[in-house]
Formats: sequence, structure tokens, C-alpha cells
Amino acid sequence: MYTDIAVIGGGPAGMAAALSAVKLNKSVVIFERDERLGGVLNQCIHNGFGIHYFGEELTGPEYAKRFADTVMASSITVKSETTVLSITDDKIITAVNASDGVFRIQAKAVILAMGCRERTAGSIMLAGTRPSGIYTAGTAQKLINTKGLAVGKRAVILGSGDIGLIMARRLTLEGAAVLAVLELMPYSSGLKRNIVQCLDDFGIPLLCNRTITKVVGKDRLEGVYYAETDKNLKPIKETERFLECDTLLLSVGLIPELDLIADNDIRINPATNSAYVDEGRMTSVDGIFAAGNVLHVHNLVDNVSEEGHIAGASAALYADMTDAQRAQRADRINIRAGDGIKYVIPNYINTPSKSGVDLYFKVKDVYKDCEVCVLSDGETIYKKNRRILTPGETEKIRLDGKGLNKDTEVFVRERK
Amino acid sequence: MIYDFLVIGGGVIGTAVLYELSHYDVSCALLEKENDVGTACSSRNSGIVHAGYDCKPGTFKARFNVRGSRIFPELCAELGVLYKKTGSMVIGGADSLADIQALHERGKINGVYTEILSRNQIAEREPNVSRDAEYALYAPDAGVVTPYKLVIAYADNAVINGADIFLNAEADRISRDSGVYTVTAADGRVFFAKSLINAAGYAACKINQAANAEEIRQDYALGEYFLLDKRESKNINTVLFPLPDSRGKGILVAPTAEGNVLYGPTSTPVTVPDDYAVTAEGLKNIRDSVGRIYEKANFASVIKTFAGVRTVAGLDFIIEKSKKAENYITIAGICSPGLTAAPAIAEYVGELASEITALGSRKKYVNYKEEEASGIAAVRRQDSVEKINERIRQNPRYGHIVCRCETVSEGEIIKAIHSPLTATTVDAVKRRVRAGMGRCQGGFCTPKVIEILARELNIEESEILKNRKGSKIVIDLS
Repeated sequence: MYTDIAVIGGGPAGMAAALSAVKLNKSVVIFERDERLGGVLNQCIHNGFGIHYFGEELTGPEYAKRFADTVMASSITVKSETTVLSITDDKIITAVNASDGVFRIQAKAVILAMGCRERTAGSIMLAGTRPSGIYTAGTAQKLINTKGLAVGKRAVILGSGDIGLIMARRLTLEGAAVLAVLELMPYSSGLKRNIVQCLDDFGIPLLCNRTITKVVGKDRLEGVYYAETDKNLKPIKETERFLECDTLLLSVGLIPELDLIADNDIRINPATNSAYVDEGRMTSVDGIFAAGNVLHVHNLVDNVSEEGHIAGASAALYADMTDAQRAQRADRINIRAGDGIKYVIPNYINTPSKSGVDLYFKVKDVYKDCEVCVLSDGETIYKKNRRILTPGETEKIRLDGKGLNKDTEVFVRERK
Repeated sequence: MIYDFLVIGGGVIGTAVLYELSHYDVSCALLEKENDVGTACSSRNSGIVHAGYDCKPGTFKARFNVRGSRIFPELCAELGVLYKKTGSMVIGGADSLADIQALHERGKINGVYTEILSRNQIAEREPNVSRDAEYALYAPDAGVVTPYKLVIAYADNAVINGADIFLNAEADRISRDSGVYTVTAADGRVFFAKSLINAAGYAACKINQAANAEEIRQDYALGEYFLLDKRESKNINTVLFPLPDSRGKGILVAPTAEGNVLYGPTSTPVTVPDDYAVTAEGLKNIRDSVGRIYEKANFASVIKTFAGVRTVAGLDFIIEKSKKAENYITIAGICSPGLTAAPAIAEYVGELASEITALGSRKKYVNYKEEEASGIAAVRRQDSVEKINERIRQNPRYGHIVCRCETVSEGEIIKAIHSPLTATTVDAVKRRVRAGMGRCQGGFCTPKVIEILARELNIEESEILKNRKGSKIVIDLS
């Protein structure tokens, strides 16, 4: 079997990528593990999606359905309940499902849109026992929102990522008592609006500089010990306290689910644990693109869709190119994350567009009254004052393309 | 029904003994207090098949370790249990030659082949051994096995060959009348047998007491571990030990049979034998120790931490026919190298049993083997694709992947649930087919596994347990 574009993952990034590619008259196959398109949106039954993209507030399933309906009405082939087993650098995809068995598809370009997975109790090396009642926030969300099951009655949430905040509200609405949200850092990594709408509105305390020191419970969770942390983020023994609870949700970080291509020759950026990409979201392996949470963890689905469109359109262009055209590259512009910046996407630009380029970045710390600057070969080509920047939110700036030179750096500094 | 033999305890020793006895024309059964076999020490250890050079010559430990290690490859092939001969190295620094030589000499007495490697020879075999290593004792016959899979295979095979296994049956009271033992379980069920075999692990002292057999004393040591992502396995092929000390074999680095990497265990004396809490201190101890023998320690790849408790009764295993209680065999203090020794201990217990009752000749045995997994590794071999597709054509559920990290299909999960010894919990499924054993630790597949378990066992999803009684995953609000 053959296709121009293979999209791995039918969530918001994959659907947007597929739609952009099919618009450019490419044959497209989406591989989706679940029975339906939408990815994690299907379990995000709260609203707040689509304000930027559709200009209105939608729930996750509504946002997903708008894309899924368009996909289903198009010529895109959707292979649902299908798990991709491997992707070669030659873009041969091996997948398996119940009706086709194990099968292979040759693509001209591949778009990775597998999303991310949650960090687990094991990976954060939680001390104590391993009873039932400990869930990653997303797993609890799936059990509650898509299966209508209850996970517990008295809950503590460790980590204040967006899913943790959303689940604090969901558990409360489901009749559980949420005792506290504990955050290791001095600030939440979630969106401000989620802290207000999910915690403040329900009187749920957000306790920063705290961590869990021990999990207690033989069969089902019986409680957790937690403590304040010092400036090295180590627990202060004297401050240790016990909270009786039967449920612990973990919202302690998301990891791009790139394992499928771990054996491929893709250059990985340690700041995102994902691929380095150019302005079209092509990775260091020719013809393999990445978009959405598999590339970097977004907090707005609207941005995920936008990134999917970018990757889909550039993958379609790539599919049309001859080998000679593909080999022909302008001098590459490197975009570096400078002082205060955790990462920037894209990492390099092959062909600067006349209409400019959008840069997405996250900062490392909370910055108040600061300025975001872009320096290109020593010249300041962008400068903008910002009242506050937080590590939880993805920032976007638009460069008009003028003055972009080989070595470009984005940084943030306090205003003098 | 009065059994000829009743084994108490479903760990690796109890199930190995049951497996052994099920080869003969005697009736036998096993009582296990948990809802699955092999959930205590047998699934919470390093999974090493030790070569046997370090045990004190003349001890049960030396005898059964060496014999066990020799039986393992063939036994695992027969049972369909993954076993890998990896070899092992004891790593020593500049001043370690005398200690390494002493181990080498001990190996000779025990009949175990070892070689002393120099720095260059170490690096040649295992490039990521600590750069401080000057000498190593290399034992090519050491290997790794998935310990709980061995227990499950023993149990499944014993069951299809006529043995009975009773789960959730905690032996509580034991009495003997007219040559028949009556064992009353905590839930009131009663079992009758002519002979008892105590393989109760940490509870062996309690069982001996209940049966009026010899009083034994057991001590307990907590061992904590880090389990690492499969991607770490490219850095290591051999089991690496530091020099042993009075507390044991030390904190090792080992590839697991299924392709992960293990760091651990600690060895901390404890009084509670079934508290598996890991401690911050223990984890720190491992973090500080691993680098002494291994250059590629990577704690960012940790996917799970866990603990086990091993049971020690003095310097050697206790395996004996009771002089106080009639027709009664005690097996106690099975610490390291207990897993390696298990098949040999079972043979020996078979001999002791034949002194009680004539066992007759070994009967024709039906082997229950797991089918080859439909994982990525299998698909990469072109020849297996056809085989897998044939199976998917016959049963499409083998094409529906439930656990993405370990590529486990719904078909495999259903088969595991309905294996000879039914799997009823999420962890029981996990131990059999690895669903939830990967890097997301069940984050994605647990809801699906719950659904499949509930459907196959015809019970509500809210009844499904993670592991032990009381470990419900979702709660019933009504």
C-alpha cells in the first residue's frame, strides 16, 4: 500500500495536519489507536477549547467533532483501532489492527502526532507503598469522563499542571472532597484561568513549595505525608504532615510520546525531549514531521491545531518535491533559546518566508515587567515589553522576516 | 477429598514443589493466601539465576544453587518461560584481587566455572562497567529470568496436570487426627491431607507453630529496586555485582529477561515481612551505589520503584522432614539464591515426599506453554508476520492492541485471564502478559484492562481489583 502522507495519531494535531495535506491534493492516511478520532480531547468534557481557533468556547469533544466531521467527509483514509508498530527512516509504516492484521504502508512523508503521556508515580520515585487509588490525572479523567466511574472520595492532587487543576474541579463536581493541590515549585505550571476557575472558585487550596514524602496504605491508599520544601526542592522533615485520603492524582508532567521513533536517527532537543524541527516542523530526518504535544507540550489546543496545519502543509509540499529539490537548501538560520528561555520552536529556519515566521517559546521562571528580545547576528530585530511571563504558558511572537540572520537568539530579561 | 500432599504457600518454592508432585500418581493441592500465586518475595526480587560460585561449600544453598542453575535453561524452555543466559561479573577495584580470587576458588569447590578478568577483558565484554574496575569474576553460566512468570508457569502446568490450587486460602489452624491433617483457612474453608509441606515463605514459622512442628526463627530484610525503561537495555548485557559483603550480594545492575534494566536491591533489616514501602533513604542508597560498578546509571529512565522482603533463617536454607510433626516437610529461610535453587529444592522435596508416600514413576506430562507474544520484536522478523496474521484471522482480538508500551493485544489478555489458574486482577494480567508493565505504567491501558476483566469474569467494573483484596480501582458510589 502507498500514500503521500501518513499521519500517526488522530488527535487535534493529526487531524489538522491531515486536513492541510488533503487540501493540497495529497493522499492521506491517519493511523489512530482509539476507535474514534479526537485523541485526549474526547475525555476533556470541560469547556474552554477553540476560543482562538473558532472564536467560541467549546468542550473538548465538540472541538474534536468539528475536525473529525471534516476529516470523515474528505478523502482521508482513517485507520482506527490501529496501532503503529514501527516507522523506518524510509517512511515505511508497519501497523496492526483486527481487520487488516499486520500491514505495511509506504509514505512519501510522515507526520508524527502521537501526543504525550503522563509522568507516573514510578518515574517521580515516590516513597511509600503502591496501593490502588493512585492515578495519573489523565487516567482518572478517562475513568470518570468516558466510563462514568468514580475513583474515590477524598483526594489529594500532586502537581498543578492543567490536567491536575481541571481534575480538581471534576472530582469536586463528582462529589469527592479535594483536600489540596500540592506543587513542588513556587508557582503552578497551569494556566492562570484554570487556577481561578478550577481551584479558587471551589475553595481548593494550592499549596506551593510542597511535596509528598510518603504514600501510606496496604491495599487501597490510606493517606499521604507531605512537607514544605527548601530552596533545593528537598522536603523539610520538621514540616511533615499527614493527610488522610483514598485518592492521589498525579499531574507531574507530560512526556512527548516519541518512543515509536526512538530507534530512528532523529536529533532530540533535551529541553523538549522531542525533535529539533524547522519552520515546517520537519525533524532532522528528511520527510518526517512532528506536530502537537509530541513535539512540545501545549496548553491550548488551538495552538496544536495551528501547528498541525503548518506540518500538514509543509509535508504536502515535501511530498511534491523531487530529490534534487529536497537536497537544495538555503543557508539555515538557527534559532537558539537564550537567557530565561526553556525552548523555542522552530529550532531552525530553512527558507525564511516573506510573510514572516511565528516563534513559540516557554520561559524557565516567572518574569515580571520584562522584555522579550530577539537578537540576530548581534542586531536586535524584535523587542516587546511584557507585564508577566510564566513557565506554564506557551508564548508566541511573530517576526516579520526582516533582518533574520544565521545566528538568532530569543531571550527574556527584566526591564531596567 | 483427602489429598496425599497439601502445599502451603504459592510462591516459587510452593509452586515448584506442586509442579514436581504433579508428575506423580499422587493427589496434591496448594493453598495460597493471596488472590494470585507469586505475589510476595517471588515477584519482588532481582530475577537472577546465579551461577553458584559464592555459596559456602557443603551447604544446601551451594548444592541447590548449582543444581538449579544447571536445570534452568531446559526447564524454562519446557515451560515457555523467558530465560537469558547473560553471564555475571563481580566487579572489584585495585585492591580486590584477593577477594576475587577467593570467590574463584570457592567456585571451583562448588563445581562452578568462573574466570578472573583483567581491566581490558572487562571492558571488552561490558564497555559500561565502572572505569575504576580492575578485576572481575566472570561467571558465564549466570542468567536472568522473570521470576513471577516462572511461578505462574509452574502453577498453570501443575493445574492442567491435575493439581488443585486454592487462592484466597490463608492457612490458619492445623490439626491432625487419625493420620489426616485438617487445615482450616481464615475464611472457614477446610482442607484435608495426609501430608503437609510448609512453603509459606515469611509465614513459615507461623505454619510450623500451627502444625506443632519444629520452632523456627526467620529474619526479614527489605530490598528496594529501580526498574528502568527498556531503552536502557542497550547499555548492558551482563549482570553486574559489587563485591559481596556480610549483608549479601550487594546492589547490582542487571538486564531483565524481558528487556528492562534493574538497579538494586538494598538490604535493610525489618520486622514486618509484608510491608513493601520503598524509602527515600533506600532509593538514595541505590543512587549513590550504582555508579561504583556502572558508568551508565540513568535515573531519568526510571519507570518504577518497588520493594520486596526476603526471609532469612540463619546461614542456610531449612529443608527438612519434621521430627515432631508426622508426614510434614518444612521449607524455610529461602533467601538468595532461592529463585535459582527452587527447581532443585523441588526435586529434593520430591525425594523427601517419597519417603512419606511412594510416588511411583513419573507420569506422562502435558505441557501448558504460553504462545509467542505478538510484540514488535516478533513482527520485525518477517517470518513471524504471517504467523501473527494467521492468528489475527482466526481471532481478530489478537490484532487489537490494548497496551501500547508493551504491544499487548486484547487476545493475549483474554487468554491470560482464562489460563489454567484464572487471572482475576489488573496486576495478575500484568504479570502474565505485561499489559501495564511499560513506560506509561498502565496509564493508558488500565481502563481497558478493567473493562476486559469485568466482561470476561462477568462482574462489575467496580469489583475489579488492582491486586490484593481491598485494592479496588474504581469505587461504587451507589
